[in-house]
Formats: sequence, C-alpha cells, structure tokens
Amino acid sequence: MDSLTPMIDGFGVVLEPVNLLYCLIGVVVGMLVGVLPGLGPAATIAILLPITFGTEPVTAIIMLAGIFYGAQYGGTITSVLLRLPGEASSVVTVFDGHALARQGRAGTALGVAAIGSFAGGTLSIVALSLLAPLVAGFALDFGPPEYTALALLGILLVATVGNGGRLKAVIAACVGLLLATVGRDTFAGVERFTFDSLSLADGLDFVPIAMGVFGIGEILHNLEQRHTAAAAPAKVANAWPSWADLRQSAGAMGRGSVLGFFLGILPGGGATLSSLAAYAVEKRRSRTPERFGRGAVEGVAAPETANNAASTSSFIPLLTLGIPANATMAMIFGALLIHGVQPGPELVSAEPELFWGVVNSMYIGNILLLIMSIPLVGLFVKILRVRATILAPITVLITLVGVYTVRNSVFDIALVIVFGLLGYLMKKFGFEPGPLVLAFVLGSLLEDSLRRSLLLFDGDPTGFLTRPISGTLLVALAAVIVVPPLAALLRRRRAQRQPEEAEKTPV
Amino acid sequence: MSARPVERPGEGEDAAAPSPAAEAAVPAPRPAAPAGTTEAPAPGDVPEGAGADPADAAAPVDPAEPTEPVVAPMGPVANAAVALVVMALGGAGIAGSWSLGVGTPAEPAAGTWPLIISAAITLLGAALLPGVRRTRDTEVFSPASWKVVAALATMVAFVAVVGVIGFEIPSALLAFVWLRFLGGESWRLSAVASVAIVAAFYAVFVGLLAVPIPHLF
Repeated sequence: MDSLTPMIDGFGVVLEPVNLLYCLIGVVVGMLVGVLPGLGPAATIAILLPITFGTEPVTAIIMLAGIFYGAQYGGTITSVLLRLPGEASSVVTVFDGHALARQGRAGTALGVAAIGSFAGGTLSIVALSLLAPLVAGFALDFGPPEYTALALLGILLVATVGNGGRLKAVIAACVGLLLATVGRDTFAGVERFTFDSLSLADGLDFVPIAMGVFGIGEILHNLEQRHTAAAAPAKVANAWPSWADLRQSAGAMGRGSVLGFFLGILPGGGATLSSLAAYAVEKRRSRTPERFGRGAVEGVAAPETANNAASTSSFIPLLTLGIPANATMAMIFGALLIHGVQPGPELVSAEPELFWGVVNSMYIGNILLLIMSIPLVGLFVKILRVRATILAPITVLITLVGVYTVRNSVFDIALVIVFGLLGYLMKKFGFEPGPLVLAFVLGSLLEDSLRRSLLLFDGDPTGFLTRPISGTLLVALAAVIVVPPLAALLRRRRAQRQPEEAEKTPV
Repeated sequence: MSARPVERPGEGEDAAAPSPAAEAAVPAPRPAAPAGTTEAPAPGDVPEGAGADPADAAAPVDPAEPTEPVVAPMGPVANAAVALVVMALGGAGIAGSWSLGVGTPAEPAAGTWPLIISAAITLLGAALLPGVRRTRDTEVFSPASWKVVAALATMVAFVAVVGVIGFEIPSALLAFVWLRFLGGESWRLSAVASVAIVAAFYAVFVGLLAVPIPHLF
C-alpha cells in the first residue's frame, strides 16, 4: 500500500495553484498549436523551452506535457471542420470526421472525438501509473551495456518508423550523434570539434539546436507555401453527441485505448501510427466497412482515442528508462536535463513528486481539455482566421529573443539561425529533423555507456551479447535493420503482381 | 473506379483487394509525418479536384508518393550532390576524429566514438548514391524560395546588431519585413503590427520577466 502514498501525494503537487495554472496554459497552447497548421508540438515546445526556466521542474514539465496531449485534441477540430489535419496524428480523422461535418453532424464528430480522447487519455494514465513503476524497478539493474543497446534501439526505431527515406533518417540521427560529441570529452578531457572556439568548449546546447531545427526550420519551410485564408468552416451547432452515437463508438474507444497505449510505448510508435492502426482495426472488424469514409462515428472515435492514449503512454519509456520514444519526448527529455533532472529508472523513487505530479497532471489536463473542447469549439475555430503571415514574425522573434534568455548569449542566437537553416535544408532534401534532435539528446548517454561497457568487457564487443537483456535488445536491433528492407522487397514483388491481376478483373 | 494497389497499415491486411472497401482505405503510414515533427499541410495544399468525396482523397495513388505531392522532387543531380555532401561530412568527421586519437576497443580514446559515427555517415551517404534516380522525397526550390533567403537575411541582421543597439529596432524591422514583404500584408497593418509586437515583447520580456535582453530604453 505504501506504493500508493507517493501517487496520492502527486495530486497534492498538481493541485498547487501554480501547477494548475501552468497545466491550463499548456493545454490551451497545445489546443492552439493543434488547431493552427504549421507548427507541431515539438516545435512549440522547443520555442517555449526558455519560458519554463524560471519555474520548478515539475511545473515546467506539466506545462510541456499539456502542450503535447493538448495538440492531439486541437488537431481534430481542423480535421473535422476544414479537412485540414492540424497534426499528423489526426490525418485519419479527416475521412469520417469531415464526412460527418458535411452531413451537418460536425458537432457529433467533435464531441465523440473529445470524449474518445478523454477516455483514451485517462485509461492510458491509469495504465501508466500501474506499469511505469514496474518498468522502472526492472530497469534499475540496467548497466552500461543495457543502456547502450537501449539507446541504439531507440534512436534506430525512431529513425526507421518515421516517414521519408529510412536511410536519410538514420543519417540525420548519426549527424545528431556527431553534434553531441562537440565539446570537452568527459573521459579524456580533450576538446573535440571546437575549432578553438570558447563558445563551443562546453559543447553545443540542446536548446538552440532544438529551437533552430524544429522552430526556425519549420517557419522557413512554411514561408514557401502559399497561404490561402482558411475557408469559413461549417457552423458547429451542438458538440454533444447523442447516446446512440456514444454507444456505437464505445467499443471503438475501448479498442483504440488499448491499441494506442501499447503502440505509444514503442519507440517511434507514438500518436500517428496508433491512430492509423486503430482506424484500420475498426474498419476491419466492422460488419459494415463501407460506412467508413462516409461518416462512421467509430472512424472518428477510434483514431482520436488511440492517438491520445499513445501520446500519454509514450511518457513511459522516457520517465522509466530515460529513453525518449519520439521527437516530442526528446524535447521533454531535454527540458528535464536543463532543470537538472536525469530521467531514468531512479526517477520514480528519487523524484516521486516530479514523477507523480506530471503523471497526475494529465488527469487534470484531460478534464480541462474536455471542458474546453466541447463548449469552446467555436472559439478555437475563430482562431483559425489568424493568418500565418502574422504569426510567423511573432514566432521568429519569440525564438530569437527566447534563445538569448537561456544563457544570455548572442552566440546562441547565431546558433539558432544556423540550425534553422540546417532544419530547412533537411526538410527540402528529405531528411527528417526529428531523429537528429533525438539522437543529439541521447548522444552523450550512448557514448558514455558504450565506453563504459567496453572498459567493462575489456574491449571485447561480444560482451554485449552475453548479457541477456542487452543481447535481446541487440537482436531486436538487428531485426529492425534487416526486416524493413525485406518487407519492402516482398511488397515490391506483390505490387508487381497486382497490376496484372487488376487488369484481368473487370472494373 | 480503378482497382489500384492500396497499401494499408497492419500486416494482416490483404493489401490491394480490389473491393469497394479499398476506396476508403487508410493511407500508408509513410505519408504521415512521425509523431512530434508534424509538417501539417498548409491550406493551399489540399488536393484540388479531389472533389468532395473523402474516399478519393483517401486512396493513395502510389505507395511511394506522399498524399499531397504539390512540390516536385529534385532531380538526380541534386540527389547525388546530397549524397556527396553527406559523404564529405563523414570524411571530415573521420579526419577530425583521427587527429583526436583512435584508441582501441579496450582503451577507447576521445576520437573513437566520433570515428565510428563519421564512418557510418560516410557509408550511409555512399548508400544514397544508387538511389539518386529514384529518390522522390525532396522538394525543388521554388520561386518562393527567395523568401527563405530574405528571412535568413533579416535574422542575420538581427543577430549582428542586437548586442549593440538592443532588440527593439531590429525586432520591429524584422517583423515589418516579414509582414509586408514576406507575408504580403498591407503597409498599414504591417507598420501597426510590427510596433505592437515590439511593444508586447518589451512589456513581457523587459517589464514582466525582467530578462537581461539588450534593450535601448
């Protein structure tokens, strides 16, 4: 029973007025980011990092977490009303959500999505509360070899599960690892890649890299696109779904929660993948799959539930192993490090206030989001009218001024611009910026544990395979490297066969 | 209604079953951005001509193509150049790590780890070369790319003078250029908004947060 006490104490932390306020700010900002196409949650967290420096770590993380899951709610609104997914994780919601909106049932779609998100998020928090301490306890025995394997696997999974070329994503990750080596080497005390610059002697800071690659990079990339004013969205009459709709979608919400929770734990899984998978599952098991895409309530409920469940459960690897599961978690990892908190298995026991404060804040955040999203939908729709051309200079200035405030350094402003250019060019040339930032964050952990393991094994790399956990992880790593090219090969063969068959079939 | 191969998530899916249900299939996970680094489509990117039927938009034409291929990919020369740049970066990394000392597996030196990564970068860059004709995940530079250059110029100007004359004037100028010339807003709105933005920044950063940002007033 004594394991419950810190959990209950966590509620005390959440209910402190400051934390409640920051939770509210976080979810409101998250909703806005979700509604406005352009900046994603990772970029927003990057830009807002400096603002959190003055606060307690728990307060900062409560707010940043709120941005993350709030964005999942917000992304739905534009998907349903305008057929523009504000977030990648709401892409599938477009099909049935917008179909419902055209039938004049936009309110139903939004209501079901909000309730589904709430259900998925809440179930996922409960599961997280039960599972996370167990995982952390298990991981306490991990030594450097296990961390080496875990970090490698995490980086590789994030790089390969993302979109775009796998090869390019892995290159981006390697560049991130290389950037992490800049500065003084902790083992030998030698300066590496500093070019005798004093500003680089302490290494590159996480904040300018993240703000540049995500924030400025995305803004520059958006500059090129044509900005047409958003069309007047459909009027939302009533965001309360009927009992019939809720009954119809209850099963989808349940399955979406479970699926989202498990996919969210996997590195690289996260919200986008789980929403796609949940939609596919619902359509597959439905007796009337032809309704999907034409306004099936389950088609909204399943992905929205799943993406929220996944965004909650993706905190598990971060808070228990110290391995961020996706780019947004990498930002929160960085924020924790800046506040002097080392995420890892000791977090639950060493910083119970922080751990349970953040976890329990998600209950409050989800309630706030449910309250906001049903009656206040109209307000968020109005925000869509704010033109991107006006928002862009404001975000740029927040970034430039904000990065200065971190270390009072003009050099960091220059750095953020350089990395902004890098982020823009990466996008143009098909490199995902996410793996770079994630790998940068994990870089020193990876090098550290690799070198410690090698010392431990007397330089014999086979030592990794003799330890059961690191061995298993490395086998999984090999599978991640080998399986996708094989699957692609099989798919290509099947695709070559398909057109011939399709031609034979009378259309 | 042509029955095209449709890639769907979930391995158990019998992909490309030419049934009516396939029309509304979920797009392959590939087109969607990974969680976190969302590159949401701008309003102009909605596939025009897709009609009002969501099923049309939902059927991915080619699994290798993103859902909204508005911007054309770059040619093979640019792709080869990317591969070479990556290899050059890896090569520079190898040279730099070499000078730091390579060490041995039993006695890793400062250069060991950077050397491993740099070698990986070089090899991966070389692995891009065979695919230069097939790579389609790039975007050509459009006539609108000048905006990016101009935007960078305003930021460089900002950082060059911020330490000397404070953030107010450079911020106002940056906002004005972005609003009027990059955003195409009216002269009046640009002028008013850029002053208002700086006033708000001053109130928040200098007044409220008392951040030691260099300022004139």
